[in-house]
Amino acid sequence: MAIPENKLAFNGGWEYAPAPESTDHVRIDKRYGLFINGDFVAPEKGKYFDTINPASEEKLARVAEASDVDVDKAVKAARDAYRGPWSRMKPAERGKYIYRIARIIQERAREFAAIESLDGGKPIRESRDVDIPLAAAHFFYYAGWADKLDYAFPGRKARPMGVAGQIIPWNFPMLMAAWKIAPALACGNTVVLKPAETTPLTALKLAEVIADAGLPPGVVNIVTGAGKTGAAIVEHPDIDKIAFTGSTNVGKIIMRALAGTDKKYTLELGGKAANIIFADAAIDQAVEGIVNGIFFNQGHVCCAGSRLLVQESVADEVIAKLKDRMETLIVGDPLDKNTDIGAINSRMQLDKIESYLAVGKEEGGTMHQSSCRVPQKGYWCRPTIFTGVSQSNRVVQEEIFGPVLAIQTFRRFDEAITKANNTPYGLSGGVWTDKGAKIFKMTQSIRAGVVWANTFNKFDPASPFGGYKESGVGREGGLHGLDAYLKLGAVS
Amino acid sequence: MALSAVKVPARMPNLGKIPAVDEVGINERVARFQTRSIKTSSKVEALKLILSMIDLTTLEGQDTPGKVRQLCQKAMHLHDAMPGLPHVAAVCVYPTMVAIAKEALKGTDIKVASVATAFPSGMSKLSVKLDDTRMAVAAGADEIDMVISRGAFLAGDYRYVFDEIKAVKKACGEAHLKVILETGELGTLDRVRRASVLAMHAGADFIKTSTGKIQPAATMQVTLVMLQAIRDYYEETGRMVGMKPAGGISTSKLAIHYLVMLRETLGNAWMTPEWFRFGASSLANDVLMQLMKQSTGIYQSADYFSKD
Repeated sequence: MAIPENKLAFNGGWEYAPAPESTDHVRIDKRYGLFINGDFVAPEKGKYFDTINPASEEKLARVAEASDVDVDKAVKAARDAYRGPWSRMKPAERGKYIYRIARIIQERAREFAAIESLDGGKPIRESRDVDIPLAAAHFFYYAGWADKLDYAFPGRKARPMGVAGQIIPWNFPMLMAAWKIAPALACGNTVVLKPAETTPLTALKLAEVIADAGLPPGVVNIVTGAGKTGAAIVEHPDIDKIAFTGSTNVGKIIMRALAGTDKKYTLELGGKAANIIFADAAIDQAVEGIVNGIFFNQGHVCCAGSRLLVQESVADEVIAKLKDRMETLIVGDPLDKNTDIGAINSRMQLDKIESYLAVGKEEGGTMHQSSCRVPQKGYWCRPTIFTGVSQSNRVVQEEIFGPVLAIQTFRRFDEAITKANNTPYGLSGGVWTDKGAKIFKMTQSIRAGVVWANTFNKFDPASPFGGYKESGVGREGGLHGLDAYLKLGAVS
Repeated sequence: MALSAVKVPARMPNLGKIPAVDEVGINERVARFQTRSIKTSSKVEALKLILSMIDLTTLEGQDTPGKVRQLCQKAMHLHDAMPGLPHVAAVCVYPTMVAIAKEALKGTDIKVASVATAFPSGMSKLSVKLDDTRMAVAAGADEIDMVISRGAFLAGDYRYVFDEIKAVKKACGEAHLKVILETGELGTLDRVRRASVLAMHAGADFIKTSTGKIQPAATMQVTLVMLQAIRDYYEETGRMVGMKPAGGISTSKLAIHYLVMLRETLGNAWMTPEWFRFGASSLANDVLMQLMKQSTGIYQSADYFSKD
């Protein structure tokens, strides 16, 4: 078989047959109410909206839309539960409940993973191997802290804040719910949580877990809805703390709304991270890191490595290898165990990504996409890279939140740092080099909350996460994550 | 493309240009290959492909002409109860058994591979290694599996290793040369990469992981590093080099993972016995068992498959 120009051929030949994850064990109700005070209740105004499978555009369930009245009910329930059992409970007892949640998630991991992929479009490989195990790990981690808070902050007296209003995004629905709920509960707070309107199902399944774990009613309340529901939470006068993960735009609106109130807040917002490849890096592994950085979860990752800075002398090699690797990425049915890139989360998000593809081309960038087939129905975007773009291009500056990578080159070390930091964001970064000294110098120079060296997108409950500049305020995870849910006072 | 289609003159490579290998990254990539789920029709296709890629091997001091003939019989008739199976790619023996294997396989296109060059340790003079090679070729070997001088390699005498491979390649004449790196003795993945580059530049038609006499033998990690070296060499020179992991691959599941790795690293052109081999003795029967399971739905006892 002749191959032109020494190019590798990845199409045809031996193909992987479909290997769909079974959904026999999955139970999704036709309709979900709001989880308030330990029970699913109908929304006061009787309004519901559809949640769909973005891979097939089919309706999965009807979900209640919470109004101001419903949010008020949820906050009241949370306040009662806070005053009543939860903040007065022996911390070790609180820990037991959280451990119980963690264990039940593990037991039902297969169901959670399948629902996460059905509702959000992410590949089952990721929801099975990353989202759900990490969600359980967060509950385990913070359960352990519940009775050790005084040791976490020696010399200080740790007290809960009260009622936390939590608003989470659609890219890691279950994991973000865990990031928010676990530390809040461990610190003795109660919670009103709103999942994103396109991915409410795993949060509602989590409500079932919380009920099964026997938590006192009102400790966790889950209200579904869109922006208006979120605004009702943010503006509710009896909430002590707002925790938000989502876009920088909404983050700014929330910050404005909170100004002048005594509500505490943590905001985890957008990003436009640079993944920096030096010529002495292990090139093949760096290419793998680029792929993991931008194509993980369809690029719907706030800390995605959406900018690639590659040293000039290896740029051609890296880009050629990246293109080869992109040919082996399988785009399609999120429930297929071999799928690498699933469905774009929503029509709206797909439109946004496609508008950026048009912008990138108009601005003179060279676009390359892998040649894979994508299904007819559903929302899809092939893995995409832009070359020939610079700092002034919008695809370099703005967060696209899709599988789209902007590639630039650099010559000198300080040039890489300047370009990496020349962004309103500062959530994450990546450095690839075989030289230890370079790693230390880079990681000290990049202004971002997390910088990975010779790896990317690694998460652990013990490790704090959060942003510089417009990427957010406050930290989640680890000890820092406890701090965000505590009032620290003098020992009395 | 035939093995000899592209001629590239042997030239000592620039060792300073060999890219670094990150072991953590290699482990992660291998783990990713292992999450591929190969089912139904693609599993059957893979299992048959694996059978056709096997170098059925016996390399023991106690080998007899009778044992080698038995092995050749098995090579031709893997499991006649199941029609439509391919035969294996080659039979791999010591030089003294080449003539017997050649005779037993007459009229088939199953190759006879012979180990040579003071296999397995390679602890001998170049002249002895060349004689060993010539003897195997004269007896009819189609393929020579040589070992590199690990002592010289580890001491940093890369020129010696390069010259030795080049000389053995010349002694091979028309026979194809597989160069065994014995990765279990090299210690690091960086050295595996370096040895692969040396071997290919010196004229190797195939690079091979192991003799099977040293543990660890083939692993997916070292095989991935070697496949990446093959890919880069191909892109640089246009010459395809084959890959043979040997030793330690005894189950169908693992062999399928190797195929996944091959497909996603080198692409379809390498997915043939001409470019990829499994050096294995017990793999064939496990593959046969899996194939029977795919067609009947039942696992049969090992007693239903001939041992050799």
